[in-house]
Amino acid sequence: MPNSPAINVRHLRKMYGEIVAVDDLTFTVPRGTVLGLLGGNGAGKTTTIAMLLGLLEPTSGQIEVLGVDMLKRRYAALPRMNFSSPYVDLPHRLTVRQNLLFYGRLYGVKQVNRRIEEIAERMQISEFLGRPAGKLSAGQKTRVALAKALINRPDVLLLDEPTASLDPDTADWVRSYLKEYQGETHATILLASHNMSEVERLCDDVILLQSGRVFERGSPRELIERFGREDMEEVFLDMARGRGRGLEVLKKGQAAS
Amino acid sequence: MIGSIERIYALVMRHIYIWRSSIMRLVDSIYWPAVQMVMWGFMTQYLLPQASFVAQAAGVLLSGLLLWEVVVRGNLSLSIAFLEEMWSRNLGHLFVSPIRSWEMATGIIIAALLRTLLGLIPVSLMAWAFFGYNIYSLGLPLVAFFAILQMFSWSIGLAMSGMIMRVGQSAESFAWAAVFILMPVSGVYYPVTVLPHWLQVIAWGLPPAYVFEGMRSILADKTVHWDMLAIAFGLSVVYLVVGFQIFQWFFRASRRAGTLLGQGE
Repeated sequence: MPNSPAINVRHLRKMYGEIVAVDDLTFTVPRGTVLGLLGGNGAGKTTTIAMLLGLLEPTSGQIEVLGVDMLKRRYAALPRMNFSSPYVDLPHRLTVRQNLLFYGRLYGVKQVNRRIEEIAERMQISEFLGRPAGKLSAGQKTRVALAKALINRPDVLLLDEPTASLDPDTADWVRSYLKEYQGETHATILLASHNMSEVERLCDDVILLQSGRVFERGSPRELIERFGREDMEEVFLDMARGRGRGLEVLKKGQAAS
Repeated sequence: MIGSIERIYALVMRHIYIWRSSIMRLVDSIYWPAVQMVMWGFMTQYLLPQASFVAQAAGVLLSGLLLWEVVVRGNLSLSIAFLEEMWSRNLGHLFVSPIRSWEMATGIIIAALLRTLLGLIPVSLMAWAFFGYNIYSLGLPLVAFFAILQMFSWSIGLAMSGMIMRVGQSAESFAWAAVFILMPVSGVYYPVTVLPHWLQVIAWGLPPAYVFEGMRSILADKTVHWDMLAIAFGLSVVYLVVGFQIFQWFFRASRRAGTLLGQGE
């Protein structure tokens, strides 16, 4: 189904006992676009990504990735997906090359050694391919994690705060690379982030999440206009603090529910 | 199928890389069995002139020890292979890759088998060199004993790994201790008939009891009870299937509870 959306989520819900982590989430991500998932801590971003990847079983709802029902046949889609998060490490004792070999083989990458050289050069990690992953700096680790996430040339890439805890220079480098990669491959990227300038720069479309629900959706430009603000940072603060347009949306939501 | 083989190979190689980078990780596989072997070797030398049972079946204690270590090392090696993923906070990456749980189980079983062999072969050779006891004199049944005990130990290791995946590393001590609760009813150093009747019923439900009885039978009167070994083999297969099902059950429970992302040291 080449015309189907890359990601299609319907009425997704996740409960931990009485706590609702994600509530009736419905959205699609067209192929070849970058969607930003924004929200405060506990808004449901990581939970949503974990469900999209099959790491977490939803309480109810449907998830399709690349036309594959992820709740029934996720192994058909996983070879064409990948993921990176600063909260999930790569094996510390393996060298960078061994890590990339390991994941390259798991994803069935053809000519994996050649691919490692290629991606190492692109990610500027060639010089420490022989170093244990646990002995790298935060910036180096992020680049290695990104290399792992791109080793199989994924059609769908899920990134959970890819620039968290990076210095501005390294973070800028990562953003530039992601922009370049997306432009070259037309991959679909879902990006959860707390960095608003990153979202403005990379995302075609943004979902603002609050308490596990869609608060607003639109392109960064549309959201800035709709909220009557200067940038996404202010849009985010309106949502988080329930002021201006944020308050209106909140009231509408409360009236509807 | 080729994809599965490649993924299993990837997982096995991942453990070989760790052993190559840190040889100390293999040392404990040799150290503890070697210490035990030395102790039971001297115990055998002491008992030989005094105990007719030991005299009639020379090597019964050392064989018991070495075969019991097959169970202990099998379980530990498998649990460690799984715990390596948790210690490195890697479960999230692993479970979003295309590796299936049976491929993962197969990969860590092969890694555990290699680790067990790397530990026990040197110790068995040391027993030969220091005490003149050659466990390989048990002949072909030794292969059957080893296979039965390994499968049984993997079943425990898989169940324990599943539990640790679900509960977290607070349950890690179970991985080390699980097999020892079975030692008294496995007849490692004494016949199962020594046990009270109700414990004998439990013992005959466990494959090790058949193996250790079989071992004593070979050493004492050179008789191989293939029928008993067949029962033990069948039981081990059943335990292995059950162990894998328990691992799967805990995996599904972890996916529901969301514990796969946050595990780690």
